[in-house]
Amino acid sequence: MSASLIGARVQRKEDYRFLTGAGQYTDDVTLPNQSYAAFVRSPHAHATIKSIKIDKAKKAPGVIAVYTGEDVAQAKLGGLPCGWLITDVNGQPMKEPPHPVLAQGKVRYVGDQVAVVVAETQEQARDAAEQVEVSYDVLPAVVDAVQATKKGAPVLHDIAPDNTCYVWALGDKAAVDAAFAKAAHVTKLEFVNNRLIPNAIEPRSANGSYSRADDNYTLYVASQNPHVERLLMTAFVMGLPEHKVRVVAPDVGGGFGSKIYLYAEDVAVTWASRQVGRPVKWTADRSESFVSDAHGRDHHTIAEMAMDKDGKFIGMRVHTHANVGAYLSTFASCVPTILYATLLAGQYTTPLIYCQVTAVFTNTAPVDAYRGAGRPEATYVVERLVETAAREMKLDPAEIRRRNFIREFPYQTPVALQYDTGDYEATLAAAIKMADVAGFAKRKEEAAKGGKLRGLGYAAYIEACGIAPSAVAGSLGARAGLFEAGEIRVHPTGSVTVFTGSHSHGQGHETTFAQVVAERLGMPVENVDIVHGDTSKILFGMGTYGSRSIAVGGTAIVKALDKIIDKGKKIAAHLMEASEGDVEYDKGVFKVSGTDKQKAFGEVAFAAYVPHNYPHDKLEPGLNENAFYDPSNFTFPAGSYVCEVEIDPDTGQTKIVNFTAVDDFGKIINPMIVEGQVHGGLTQGIGQALTENCHYDPDTGQLVTGSFSDYCIPRADDVPSYQVDTRETPCTHNPLGVKGCGEAGAIGAPAAVINAITDALWSMGIKDIPMPATAQTVWKAIQSASKKAA
Amino acid sequence: MSVKVSMKVNGKPVSAEVEERTLLVTLIREHLRLTGTHVGCDTAQCGACTVQMNGNVVKSCSMLAMQAEGADVRTIESVAAADGTLHPMQAAFKEHHGLQCGFCTPGMVMNAIDFAKKNPGASEHEVREALEGNLCRCTGYHNIVKAIMAGSKAMAGAK
Amino acid sequence: MHAFKYHRPGSVKDAAALVGKNADAKLLGGGQTLVQTMKLRLASPTDVVDLGTIKELAGIKVAGGTVEVGAMTRHAAVAGSAEVKKAIPALAALAGMIGDRQVREMGTIGGSIANSDPAADYPAAVLGLGATIITDKRKIEADKFFTGMFETALQPGEIITAVSFPVPKRAAYMKFKNPASRFAIVGVFVAETGNGIRVAVTGAGPNAFRVPEMEKALGAKFAPESVAKVKVKADDLNSDLHASAEYRAHLVTVMAKRAVEAAMK
Repeated sequence: MSASLIGARVQRKEDYRFLTGAGQYTDDVTLPNQSYAAFVRSPHAHATIKSIKIDKAKKAPGVIAVYTGEDVAQAKLGGLPCGWLITDVNGQPMKEPPHPVLAQGKVRYVGDQVAVVVAETQEQARDAAEQVEVSYDVLPAVVDAVQATKKGAPVLHDIAPDNTCYVWALGDKAAVDAAFAKAAHVTKLEFVNNRLIPNAIEPRSANGSYSRADDNYTLYVASQNPHVERLLMTAFVMGLPEHKVRVVAPDVGGGFGSKIYLYAEDVAVTWASRQVGRPVKWTADRSESFVSDAHGRDHHTIAEMAMDKDGKFIGMRVHTHANVGAYLSTFASCVPTILYATLLAGQYTTPLIYCQVTAVFTNTAPVDAYRGAGRPEATYVVERLVETAAREMKLDPAEIRRRNFIREFPYQTPVALQYDTGDYEATLAAAIKMADVAGFAKRKEEAAKGGKLRGLGYAAYIEACGIAPSAVAGSLGARAGLFEAGEIRVHPTGSVTVFTGSHSHGQGHETTFAQVVAERLGMPVENVDIVHGDTSKILFGMGTYGSRSIAVGGTAIVKALDKIIDKGKKIAAHLMEASEGDVEYDKGVFKVSGTDKQKAFGEVAFAAYVPHNYPHDKLEPGLNENAFYDPSNFTFPAGSYVCEVEIDPDTGQTKIVNFTAVDDFGKIINPMIVEGQVHGGLTQGIGQALTENCHYDPDTGQLVTGSFSDYCIPRADDVPSYQVDTRETPCTHNPLGVKGCGEAGAIGAPAAVINAITDALWSMGIKDIPMPATAQTVWKAIQSASKKAA
Repeated sequence: MSVKVSMKVNGKPVSAEVEERTLLVTLIREHLRLTGTHVGCDTAQCGACTVQMNGNVVKSCSMLAMQAEGADVRTIESVAAADGTLHPMQAAFKEHHGLQCGFCTPGMVMNAIDFAKKNPGASEHEVREALEGNLCRCTGYHNIVKAIMAGSKAMAGAK
Repeated sequence: MHAFKYHRPGSVKDAAALVGKNADAKLLGGGQTLVQTMKLRLASPTDVVDLGTIKELAGIKVAGGTVEVGAMTRHAAVAGSAEVKKAIPALAALAGMIGDRQVREMGTIGGSIANSDPAADYPAAVLGLGATIITDKRKIEADKFFTGMFETALQPGEIITAVSFPVPKRAAYMKFKNPASRFAIVGVFVAETGNGIRVAVTGAGPNAFRVPEMEKALGAKFAPESVAKVKVKADDLNSDLHASAEYRAHLVTVMAKRAVEAAMK
């Protein structure tokens, strides 16, 4: 064991089961006496329910039960809670309209759940769901956040007559206005950060069962955080004690945020399983996922940057309308505020920033965190402004960034965060070299000979990850702690099982966490197994989102490891008849310093479980420790991206010819896995920039992009092979020095792509292009620019 | 109404009484309990349900079980050797980190093996085009493409 | 999917008998469209008549200046056929652009053209090459076959048995894909045939159509610049989220130009 496991490209322990079809996803779990649920969903964006007739459905073949809003009301099931309270500019709490498990008299978006049918088979449940007769009074609908705040707009909830959930602000407006008044140049942009549908390839699924024998519920669910799911479901919705409910999130086929939340379907199948006395399984088909999963982004923003004559940023002003959809999803309220406005400093020393956010209810699916959550939106604001400002002031876009980089750490931003460390020049310089920016002019010339337009764009992003110091989060409105828990169970012969509250749904924790443990204990990775995703096995957990797993969950494991080693030293000292202070632990061996006495880790573990010769007066037998870790600060991954595009002006088609990403994630445990995370994030970011757009019909509120035939997630031939690299400034406040890497790509890529496209089109007078920059969008922009020129 | 359907799955003859509307993927997952074949969409785009039928790859969610009557169907569960050794394509996916959450993986591997067999020495561009019918949301395809190029080479070498 | 009764006839005659007397019966080719729409509960036939095991319907025959493709021939078979590649490379190439690898193993030419999906690829080749659609009752000229969106000249119960393509002097197909569905936003098939130049467009209108102005211009001179200035009218073209009628009209010209370039190679 000479080479360190930290930083090693260890192949993944989880791969064998996935590659051989042995993964166990929620829908793969079929319980004895299984029954199946199908939901009746609203076909209208906004309507009152006049009546629901279930007689026909009840008599349909195979039907076991049919439940409507009336049944859940009678059962006193609470509404789905929102986990973050935002206080508005007037000190008032945000508007929190009820979010019922099944509609109570009114539906507010296409896909809103109205009734549930339980039947012997899935097809029978679906057949019968068609037999539920719902009579609606259709109401006018509004799907756009800005439109929804206008006088006369249809009102979704009585408690929010202007459809406004809150108006929130951060920063000193007067001081920012004053900075703008003395600016040498102001760059202003107005744009929409397009609404996205996460589309993890595994559709959501939930399988609830109730055991009368011990009065316990078990819910198998595709979730990123089974403990949070249990807490919300038991304490807030079902009024059950937590020890009576087990939540298992087995293999989960991608999340990207969409599987953080407590969904109505999860509650419904759990509740129904007791009513029918059988396990009840529901798995979304993709069409259902499109309408019912929480969506992401959907901001309308006006953003301005004020500069002095040298291009130094002196102030920034942002006003955003954030669409939260028809109801507040679990973390909906903190995404466009706490995770957005606080990131508007970016990598720069902008001294004054003011951001106002109006969160608005509309007749659309709830909007919540999607990969990056607030931070991609913030980066898009900052990096589009910066690039545009550079072009307007005829400065090199890299140079304007350099002039404004934060260079001293720790750095207190004007938007509440304190960056602990970073080296933005290093990632930018590396990216410029790797992308061969020096050779770009020549490549552009070559492309022009073939009638193609080349453009190059940058994005230098920052994110706040390792969510979060609970006290800080609490002071900002979080209704939960954001620590993580871990447990190390050393077995008598020295192998180790690790229990983590983080959840892996593609991130490879079973490997990286094992690397951390194996390195610390000085044993092969094969001797360490990671267990996650089951509330009956794991002491507690806040789950995986916000690139928090290694920084928070990994640190909890390290803390527990410290306790193991401490106890091991005590046992070893006893075995070697040495004083505890003289025992050192190194690479799997306890040694008495200055002597050749030593005990292997396995010997100490054995002694702990076969305590014949053991300090019983001072120590309990066994070698099992747990730890909770609450971070003292966020972590701040950052990086520089360079995107090069080639546009076919005849069709408007954009091709990404080169994409370079240089990230600083602090210490890296497994570069192979980190690169994979970056590749995936970049592709989702490129998807947002070029192909993905959730579109609701503005009049009817119908989801137009309701399948993969209309909603375009990138395919293999839409994206290039990437050039990725890292630079390293270790995080200063966690023992691993790690920052997190899961969201970076999705945060930085959209601005880089749009900056590249607008670079290619700048000479035509095209300053901005909306996302997604589809072929048609680019072609139309070129057409209208050439008309103007003519 | 139920009907009898018979075929060979992973080399073994199987027959089942199914509803006529049963999809091939439902037969595989629910009746034969081979849950490695996944369903990720309902419009024949994601390819998570890809299986081999009579030597070609098809989307098992887009055909009736009855359409596979008498066919020789192979699923991801039959790809590794009997002793558990990974097929060279599976090994390449592992080595090159061509999978993350694993959900699209069985379909990717089934398509990749078939493609590599029929198109030895394919270029990166051709590999990317061959993945038109398989969606992955995790990997950004970068490492899948690398894995297929390497797996393809390994398969050619193993002949 | 709603319940239905499944039939597996042994011959075209038996199949015709099954669908002939039942307006709610559907013929099943490869099922790449029908099974999808049934799954989404958008189609609910009472009876599904599977043509998959009728041997006489599958196969490719190249003889006497024509390529005859049996109705149940899979797209992959056409794309991979050495004979088709030699006789009409553009036809093989077009078949290789339909859907994806897996879909091409199941989808059939008969199913595709009987459906007359406005964005399907095959109609461009059928019309562009002036093919003949052979049914169990008669032969239909391509020009009379596609009558509207999802509408054809087929009578109820009439079954396509093969499509006969005359071998052109040169031809090419250019497709601008819908990035999501991968169907054609615009596809243009250009062919120089024994009976003159044909230019057929799919994706742009309610059904595949020809562009006489382009054919005329190419007849005078078979070169890209001949079509570069010819614009089709946007008035009757499809318009959706992905492409407005104006954009489609523009793309018809661009794709036609590129198809001519490709045909000249």
